[in-house]
Amino acid sequence: MANQVTVSMKVNGTQKTATIEPRMLLVHFLREELQLTGTHIGCDTSQCGACTVLVNGEAVKSCTMLAVQANGCEVITVEGLGETENLHPIQQGFWEKHGLQCGYCTPGVMMASLALLKENPAPSDEEIREALDGVICRCTGYQFIVEAVKHAAQLMAQPAEEKVAVADNLQIGEVR
Amino acid sequence: MPSLIGTPVKRKEDPRLITGNACFTDDIKLPGMLYAAFLRSPHAHAVIRRIDTSRAAALPGVTAVFTGQDLAGKIKDVPPMWLLPGCDLKPKSRPYLATDKVRYAGEAVAVVVAQDRYVARDALDLIEVEYDVLPAAVQQEEAMQDGAPLLFDDVPKNLALVWKAGEVPDEVFEQAEVVVRQRMYNQRVIPNPMETRGAVAQYNPGNGEMTIWCTSQNPHIHRLIYSDVLGIPEHKLRIIAPDVGGGFGSKIATYTEEAVVACLARELKKPVKWIEERREHFTATSHGRDEVLFVELAGTKDGRITALRVTNTANLGAYLSTFGAGCPTIDFGLMVTGAYNIPKAAVTTYGVYTNTTPTDAYRGAGKPEATYQIERMIDLFANEIGMDPVEVRRINFVSSDKFPYNNAMGVTYDSGNYQLTLDKALEMLDYVALRKEQEELRKQGKYIGIGFSSYVELCGFGPSAVAGAIGFQGGVWENSTVRVHASGKVTVFTGTSPHGQGTATTFCQIVADKLGIPLEDVELVHSDTQAISMGWGTYGSRATAVGGSAVSIAVDRVIEKGKKIAAHELEVSEDQIDFLKGRFFVKGDITRYRTFQEIAKSANFAWNLPPGVEPSLEGQSFYDPSNFVYPFGTHICVVEVEEATGNITIKRYIAVDDVGRVINPLLAEGQVHGGIAQGVGQALWEGVVYSESGQLLTGTFMDYAMPKARFFPVIESAFTETLSPVNPLGAKGVGETGATAAPPAVVNAVMDALKPFGVKHLDMPLTPEKVWRAIRSGRDKQ
Repeated sequence: MANQVTVSMKVNGTQKTATIEPRMLLVHFLREELQLTGTHIGCDTSQCGACTVLVNGEAVKSCTMLAVQANGCEVITVEGLGETENLHPIQQGFWEKHGLQCGYCTPGVMMASLALLKENPAPSDEEIREALDGVICRCTGYQFIVEAVKHAAQLMAQPAEEKVAVADNLQIGEVR
Repeated sequence: MPSLIGTPVKRKEDPRLITGNACFTDDIKLPGMLYAAFLRSPHAHAVIRRIDTSRAAALPGVTAVFTGQDLAGKIKDVPPMWLLPGCDLKPKSRPYLATDKVRYAGEAVAVVVAQDRYVARDALDLIEVEYDVLPAAVQQEEAMQDGAPLLFDDVPKNLALVWKAGEVPDEVFEQAEVVVRQRMYNQRVIPNPMETRGAVAQYNPGNGEMTIWCTSQNPHIHRLIYSDVLGIPEHKLRIIAPDVGGGFGSKIATYTEEAVVACLARELKKPVKWIEERREHFTATSHGRDEVLFVELAGTKDGRITALRVTNTANLGAYLSTFGAGCPTIDFGLMVTGAYNIPKAAVTTYGVYTNTTPTDAYRGAGKPEATYQIERMIDLFANEIGMDPVEVRRINFVSSDKFPYNNAMGVTYDSGNYQLTLDKALEMLDYVALRKEQEELRKQGKYIGIGFSSYVELCGFGPSAVAGAIGFQGGVWENSTVRVHASGKVTVFTGTSPHGQGTATTFCQIVADKLGIPLEDVELVHSDTQAISMGWGTYGSRATAVGGSAVSIAVDRVIEKGKKIAAHELEVSEDQIDFLKGRFFVKGDITRYRTFQEIAKSANFAWNLPPGVEPSLEGQSFYDPSNFVYPFGTHICVVEVEEATGNITIKRYIAVDDVGRVINPLLAEGQVHGGIAQGVGQALWEGVVYSESGQLLTGTFMDYAMPKARFFPVIESAFTETLSPVNPLGAKGVGETGATAAPPAVVNAVMDALKPFGVKHLDMPLTPEKVWRAIRSGRDKQ
């Protein structure tokens, strides 16, 4: 194993430093070096978007970026969204509206959706479908993903105290 | 508390999946684990002259490199599991690694094991293989001609099987008022779950125990087959399917790589991981469909169908895959008459080996092809006699008073009300108004089309005696244990193996509903052969109808035992105890009761059990269904075809499905959406293209058109509920309905739109170019 480089980036709010091969993809850096296995790999041609993360706030397919290219950047992965007890609105949306089935593409789809909602807090159905062009989901037929993103947009538009109330109401197996 | 069955509860699976806490196969990392990568043949058909692995083996970081010869005697070829009788079947197993000859591009010829996946990939480039390239047989009709290249010396004409069922003499067609004939190609498609295949294997040399984590829809089938392939007895082989990222049939098959990885873990005494790359997946994982159908329909001028005769020439690929023999024969052939009362029918299927990736089940497996041909034929027949396709469907439907109904191919439809779903769908559409609009728009040079698909499909295979009779090398029953802990919490075990369906929610709904306990008090355990004694997995829309029924019966057994204990404690006879909403109470006196939780404790502590009652509270069922179940429905697609470009836009898509009892409407609708997306994908965009030499030209997501969000309108979905008399839940199956119904609905819609141009049939996928050419040639003729 030839030359090694040291990379350092802020991942989900924590500074991480590692010595790696320069050819290592960002997605492998996250999964193998940092054990952040929530980000998945679905293809090798940058089509499927399962590996989408936020790099400096922008949706990036982490299989298309070398880890060294993210040196000094701020990266957010699915693990940085929210925990089960304190879900991010995008996670709430996907759970509430059945926006996932096998769940393999879901972390990437959520990150891509989040990037959309940052740009456009109240997207139309059409705008959501356009924004999902960089991701492939084989399970859902996308309809409930669109519903999930719309629901998340509504949650994010609510004042803070209401958001807590909604999160409290999310129980496993809750009757809708 | 409202009934949990039939309620759209949120999924129990989701919290881990949306927080990055799931565990897919590639997320497993064991101490000392090595990484495997397979070298694959670039040729579709070639003799292997020499393989030199020395340079690869010398690369720093490489642990070992193996060819097929290196592993000889340590692992066997992987056999097919469906040995269809009466069809002169010539089953050819998948070689664990090709040694003398490769038979499709992408077949593995060597495997590297290295310290990390990057080095393993580097080493592949250093393996030298010398091939003598042979001419390839790619298309099935050509492959069965005299003089075509032969894949196997002992398989003349590359014919793996010839299956015949039913008979319709020529006279029937000669004497018929109307005969419609059509050749149609149900093209090859790729299941493409978003998670590719993969495996991690760990071997304990101390006791000879092997554990394989792999992307399986049916870990017990993997255990059964790999036990023999690896020479590890079943009780020492554990298969775990962790979180599995979709399957759609492609993870039913027992492939070679998972077994090779296990063999390497045993050889090297280290855990070994292999994760398929997407480009590998395109050639190494089974494809679906690829059937050339020639259909003849006889009928009367007033719209009655009298006979159907179908020839299916199916491309099986280079080897016989696990269920490969069953898809174009049993699964296809028994359902060719669809939802219609057609008195005579016959099917002949030719199964052909070719130098392509083996084909096997893909969402629907044979039933989408059966539905495609009959639904297309209905429209062609309607067109021929100048009748509304809706009317032809009405006239020929098996009427609701005819169930159980024996179709001409000899299977018995359990229950149905086909007219009901058609009526409901028409109502949602406002059919009459839309036909008028279509007429108006045509005058303006705008072409919309309305397409129907009134499908019925066979799923929830059973009983096992039937599976045996058709050569399926296993059972089709299902197993569940419902284990009640002392605290009243419940662990449910199932032999089905969900990979996106939401079974951990729906099965727990069944249990919580019947026991009258909160849903969060129940958890489902699945997909681990050490935790679950036996089971046959998730495919063929069997999980709820068969697996859910086993769960339901196991719960009944828990309640029966609970009644005995409650009666003893309440000092009444057992027949005086009723169980309702979580309480065992004395009939006629609701103040005298024991809660479910109290009885759970009594049973587990066993301080005061009635004579003859053993401790613990656990019910088990091994449920063998008495028949298949037959979900049905009507889908309607409305398209607009742009004359200048051939571009197709889906304006509306209506789905009215009847899947028997719906356990969770939200999840059921999700299944319908997903199936439709795949079905529409096949109709409009997806399709495998091979070159004449057997190169897969559609081998990445850049070349193979996967459906995207912006391609679809809002799907308008509704259910009717006609219960199945076959099982205690009254459930049928929902997973394959969309993929079965959608292709003919879409194609019929496009053909309806193209009617003014005289176009009667185009083969899928209906790409703009194909449609544009048809419009142009239609205009030229006019």
